[in-house]
Amino acid sequence: MTRTIHLTLDINGQRHELDVEPRVTLLDALREHLGLTGTKKGCDQGQCGACTCHVDGKRVLSCLTLAAQAEGRQVTTIEGLAGPNGELHPVQSAFIEHDAFQCGYCTPGQIMSAVACIREGHAGSDEEIREYMSGNLCRCGAYNSIVTAVREAAEMA
Amino acid sequence: MKDFSYLRAASAEEASRAAQQAGAMLLAGGTTLLDLAKCGVTEPDTVVDITRLAGLDTINVGEGGLTIGALATMSAVADHPEVKTQFPAIAQSLSLAASAQLRNMATIGGNLLQRTRCAYFRDPQAFPACNKRAPGSGCSALGGVTRNHAVLGTSEKCIATYPGDLAVALVAFDAVVDLGTRQVPVDDFFLPYGEAPERETLLQPGEIIRGITVPASVAARQSVYLKVRDRQSYEFAAASAAVGLELEADGRTVSDIHVALGGVATKPWRALAVEQALIGKALDADLVRSASRLSMEGAVSHGDNAYKIELAPRVVARAILQLAPSLGDLA
Ligand SMILES: Cc1cc2nc3c(=O)[nH]c(=O)nc-3n(C[C@H](O)[C@H](O)[C@H](O)COP(=O)(O)OP(=O)(O)OC[C@H]3O[C@@H](n4cnc5c(N)ncnc54)[C@H](O)[C@@H]3O)c2cc1C
Ligand code: SF4
Ligand code: FES
Ligand code: FES
Repeated sequence: MTRTIHLTLDINGQRHELDVEPRVTLLDALREHLGLTGTKKGCDQGQCGACTCHVDGKRVLSCLTLAAQAEGRQVTTIEGLAGPNGELHPVQSAFIEHDAFQCGYCTPGQIMSAVACIREGHAGSDEEIREYMSGNLCRCGAYNSIVTAVREAAEMA
Repeated sequence: MKDFSYLRAASAEEASRAAQQAGAMLLAGGTTLLDLAKCGVTEPDTVVDITRLAGLDTINVGEGGLTIGALATMSAVADHPEVKTQFPAIAQSLSLAASAQLRNMATIGGNLLQRTRCAYFRDPQAFPACNKRAPGSGCSALGGVTRNHAVLGTSEKCIATYPGDLAVALVAFDAVVDLGTRQVPVDDFFLPYGEAPERETLLQPGEIIRGITVPASVAARQSVYLKVRDRQSYEFAAASAAVGLELEADGRTVSDIHVALGGVATKPWRALAVEQALIGKALDADLVRSASRLSMEGAVSHGDNAYKIELAPRVVARAILQLAPSLGDLA
């Protein structure tokens, strides 16, 4: 027997209504129910950071957040980062500029984490960037370019 | 993950009532609960979301000390300016834990109640035997890979390490858990394993952690949390130490010292023997090193984790010496 609950979620400034089982995570709600597949599923257990998005402006892991917990909060995903006319967010541009990815799978999570890292004021030095970006793993090992991109975006912010 | 029903509690009383039902579990940041639900370790029928309860996320530094509401996030406490200056070991124990994302989600109440990272505990399918999960079923870690297992406070039933960092700093500085109807020292809140490793704390069904208080002291203000681990960030402690030190005017004689260890024991581990060996003494590096070894009294190795018995006292000594700058390069 499947019991569903009705949720209203605010994602990238848009209202979404959905009926899901209570156990559905924000990550699965985004990807499987709302077709927002920019947010990636790596480990699904809080260990890799691929699923990072923002809830009320703070970076969180959507794989360990229930969709129900996000009700009444503002959710921002990688799809919501660019400007109204599609102009890239400075962190997105910096990632392209500095080749801060290879396969790209970790990239949406890296970028969402980096935007928050800069906003928090934790991007003051390469060392600080490495520490505060450590929750985002990159199997391709693009770390050096990621740090460069975050540093440059932070300097421009 | 087994399905469950979801209840968003409107008051602490409602949450407490709901949590007394069989199969119900409180949900705060969810970073332990949902992780373990995905592993099949916890299978709640109902999760009771307490994150909307009002007034439980305050952080207050006053004359008497530090008060933290149970729903304050790890990041809010770690970044709090007065916590950083008045209780540095507490701020550091949080900023060196988990990742920025997890710290934004995880709450102080949930943090205390995080479960062991014992790989056998976390994998019920492959390892049905686990006394902590299924009392009486045995322990898969004994005779297995024990590199991350505890050397202190173990029993023949379970050798799982308590993995948290914050609680180590809390026991060092005599913090108290506020359970609403009673106040319990953090050190007593965590139970020794003994015969019943499935029972880790004094918390009763339906009881809600309201907050934590930490008395102010010179030692708490002059404190450090030193965490040594397999990688530099985003990793649990191989061994850690929370130390606070107050010296006499001579800059060498110990008037007050607090020491606790993490990553090596089945609960956050206060090292009273180290404190007693140093109080009233004039510090020098050799004395600090020999006193630090007392922290391993009663330690038992299970093979792979023998290194902790060597490592932990060094971490303690390094932390103490860091706090005694007058000893200069002796550190
Ligand atoms: C990848 C990873 C790395 C990590 N690294 C570290 C680390 O290096 N150091 C470290 O210390 N921790 C680490 N953690 C653990 C993390 O700190 C905890 O998962 C977190 O603090 C738990 O808090 P929460 O609010 O998310 O708890 P939840 O998952 O919501 O709850 C945990 C438990 O506490 C109960 N509970 C919650 N709040 C209350 C309350 N107020 N009263 C009564 N019961 C309550 C719940 O019912 C549940 O049983 C890591 C976790 C992950 C996933
Ligand atoms: S050490 Fe404890 S938690 Fe790990 S398998 Fe043994 S009984 Fe279970
Ligand atoms: S998918 Fe969420 S942290 Fe890996
Ligand atoms: S670019 Fe491939 S995982 Fe990071």
